[in-house]
Amino acid sequence: MSRRIDHFVLKVDPILCDGFGHCHELAPELVHVDEWGYPIINEQPTSSSDVALLKSAKLAVRGCPRQALRIERISGPT
Amino acid sequence: MTMTISLPRVMHAASGRPLSLREHEEAFGTTTVGTALLRELDASGLLGRGGASFTTAMKVELLRSQRGHHKVVVVNAMEGEPVGHKDRTLLSSNPHLVLDGAQYLATLIGARRIEVCVSRKDSTIVHHVQRALHERELRKTGPEFVLHTPPWRYVAGEESALVHWLNDNETMPQYRPNRPHVLHVGRSPALVVNAETSAHVGLIGRFGADWFRELGTSLSPGSTLVSITGAVYRPTVREVSLGSTLRSILAEAGADPDPQAILLGGYGGAWLGAQHQDVAYCNEALRPFGASVGAGIIVVVPKVACGIAETQRIVAWMANESSRQCGPCAFGLPALAQDLRTILRGSSDPRAVVERLKDRCAVIDGRGACRHPDGVVRLVQSALEVFKDDVEGHVNGTPCVGVTSSRHWVAVPALERESELVWE
Repeated sequence: MSRRIDHFVLKVDPILCDGFGHCHELAPELVHVDEWGYPIINEQPTSSSDVALLKSAKLAVRGCPRQALRIERISGPT
Repeated sequence: MTMTISLPRVMHAASGRPLSLREHEEAFGTTTVGTALLRELDASGLLGRGGASFTTAMKVELLRSQRGHHKVVVVNAMEGEPVGHKDRTLLSSNPHLVLDGAQYLATLIGARRIEVCVSRKDSTIVHHVQRALHERELRKTGPEFVLHTPPWRYVAGEESALVHWLNDNETMPQYRPNRPHVLHVGRSPALVVNAETSAHVGLIGRFGADWFRELGTSLSPGSTLVSITGAVYRPTVREVSLGSTLRSILAEAGADPDPQAILLGGYGGAWLGAQHQDVAYCNEALRPFGASVGAGIIVVVPKVACGIAETQRIVAWMANESSRQCGPCAFGLPALAQDLRTILRGSSDPRAVVERLKDRCAVIDGRGACRHPDGVVRLVQSALEVFKDDVEGHVNGTPCVGVTSSRHWVAVPALERESELVWE
């Protein structure tokens, strides 16, 4: 069985993050903010075939002023 | 080579001063490095004594798989817990055992340098270690030892913060997304071990795994050092066999026979109700109660104390000790402390405050770069569980007696500057 990398999760570096909240604006389906403005990221892997979500995740990564976000591609949920 | 099973093992009977290298070798024998060492360490099942209880053999294996010839061993004797005294007791009674263990580990992973990190708070201990290192230097054999004295902070003893200090002179934890993560000092992979773990390795190297397993349980073998404070006859550090009942450990230390609750693991640990005193003191038995052996901290809190008030003081101090790198920790922990204070002092809608506290705990958990916020959340959650009746009393406007008492049972260092507090 070939291992297919077909899912992704957003990961935030909590040290770099300063709570600008741009990720929540750009990818509201994946990122919520807590009462202090720091992101709470959906930890469930999202299918890469969901083009709209992947696109908004990419927007969030590029839109982060501290470059604290990245997309981690993983093989699907077991 | 045989040795009696009796305790203490690592804590040598104190002669009032640390053992010299010659005395140490008379008592324990010289170190011999054989090929069996790795097998013995693996068979011993030694768990790290720094708090996370990670299997030392696995850590060594991870470092052995790393490339490069310039590896380092970092001995962590920072003793971040304000009520912990085990590393200091160890280093002031027998520093050479700790250094022996570090030397064994250096041989196993192929390290050429050993960094010994002792907090500069306690100059006596720094002096003892300096002396011991000098004695070894005169022998002109073995790996190179370097002494470091980082400033004392709670998070400074966290392994990535310690490595950060060795690299950049900053005691801030680093972000490690994928664990297990190999830390690097410069470009050298580093094996970070607690001082007590290192001392146990020093004994396993001499007497083997079977001897080590004569004490303890099959999952948590060996003995461990515990620092017992609070409502006890006298605060002490004792060496106990893992798996002995908590009641026997407390009785030996002369603790209050009928306490209210017991804080286990450290300031990022968990409360245990006094009705569970017959539980065995090892991780597998404590896990159902959400507690762990942690860094070997036991604080006994008597019935006259207010558990919420004690928790509030710990959380306020822990919030202040945060390195304030991650938002959830820098803003979340002060919020937890303030919620606890509101519960203590009363408000117009106390029930909502308790609910908000629970929600905030769930929000903060697991969102820092290190485990500092997670530990505080665990403490608060266990306090809400163990002192449930007490919380209920505060909510209903009938607070316990202890809240007005000026006597505190859990020692919390004074804040350097009150104005540093971010929530007032």
